[in-house]
Amino acid sequence: MFDNLASLIVYQWMGLEADSHAGSALHFFIMDTAKIFVMLVVIIYLMGLLRAILSPEKVREYVRGKPKWLARSSAVTLGAITPFCSCSSVPLFIGFVEAGIPLGVTFSFLIASPMINEVAVVILLGILGWKLTLMYLAAGLTVAYAGGLIMESARPERWVEDYVWKIQMGEASLPKPDNSLTGRHRYAWGEVREIVGRLWKWVIAGIAVGALFHGYVPEGWVTEHLGGHDNWLAVPGAVLLGVPLYSNATGVIPVAEAMLGKGVAIGTTLAFMMSIAALSLPEMIILRKVIRWPALALYAGVLIVAFMLVGWGFNLLS
Amino acid sequence: MKHFKVLGSGCKNCEITANLIKTAAEQAGVEIELEKITDIAQIMSYGVMSTPGVVVDGQVVHAGGLPGPDLVRQWVSEKS
Repeated sequence: MFDNLASLIVYQWMGLEADSHAGSALHFFIMDTAKIFVMLVVIIYLMGLLRAILSPEKVREYVRGKPKWLARSSAVTLGAITPFCSCSSVPLFIGFVEAGIPLGVTFSFLIASPMINEVAVVILLGILGWKLTLMYLAAGLTVAYAGGLIMESARPERWVEDYVWKIQMGEASLPKPDNSLTGRHRYAWGEVREIVGRLWKWVIAGIAVGALFHGYVPEGWVTEHLGGHDNWLAVPGAVLLGVPLYSNATGVIPVAEAMLGKGVAIGTTLAFMMSIAALSLPEMIILRKVIRWPALALYAGVLIVAFMLVGWGFNLLS
Repeated sequence: MKHFKVLGSGCKNCEITANLIKTAAEQAGVEIELEKITDIAQIMSYGVMSTPGVVVDGQVVHAGGLPGPDLVRQWVSEKS
């Protein structure tokens, strides 16, 4: 349906050739924009209606006081279904510390939350199919679980800023949500506006990059430099390229789509996606308010190595 | 007079929320006191982790994301 719409606009009305660079790039852009935005609105609205969007306060309540393995598993899974905004990572970190949740578990949550969320998962399904979605999910959850464990073994407590330990958190009794149908509708629509309002720039940028890649990068160049399974350097290259780049998990999907379409190996693409979504300089700078550089360097290092392993692993398997 | 506090460490949505409250109060012709809390320890003392949070007369009424315009009008005009 979106394919036909884009064909109609680009090839019929605008008269571009389907095999020209501009034509195929524009076709990709229009098709993905329509498809992703329709999906975004529908998913977020439905989740809002079901009140399936978790707040960090609820996650904290749920994880606190659980045995460590259970705390970590639930932090990872709940992190995956909590929409993440890097502006709340500081209060979140402090809130978890204050609740006595081990730091390693908090790191697991901080890794999982930006990388995996239900919106990105549904869009991944729609754009790249269930196999790739499963791979991304499995790899992401594993990295978050293991990453937190490794962080913990380095005793990161010594790097936490002193004031963090002293903060006392109050108990808020948040007002009960209005669960009537109109109340749910209002809430769901508010979530749509809030989340789409926050995401749209990243998504458009991602689609534009994907479209340029799709239309202008020759396939021969890709297979030569990025496609070969024997090319071990492609994975670290993709990960390191992804570190300074930042987008959210939804914005990287169209880029991945274009890369896979041109024959970039699956592992390389997955490693690139994760590196872009999970590692970002702005988030590091924000987290610096609560932990010192050694912990942040370790955090970045652990994730970089983990994403390389994910990339090589999937390249070997496929 | 009602006392409003917007909790948030300076993110964009916190600014917007504060402005929403100010405008709603002006439109309703209600005089309010509005304070921005940016100190993280103080924010957390209200039990709020997702910002912006809104406190009316010591009661947390909202946490996380922008509040809807209807909600803001309700806070401003409700009898306390």
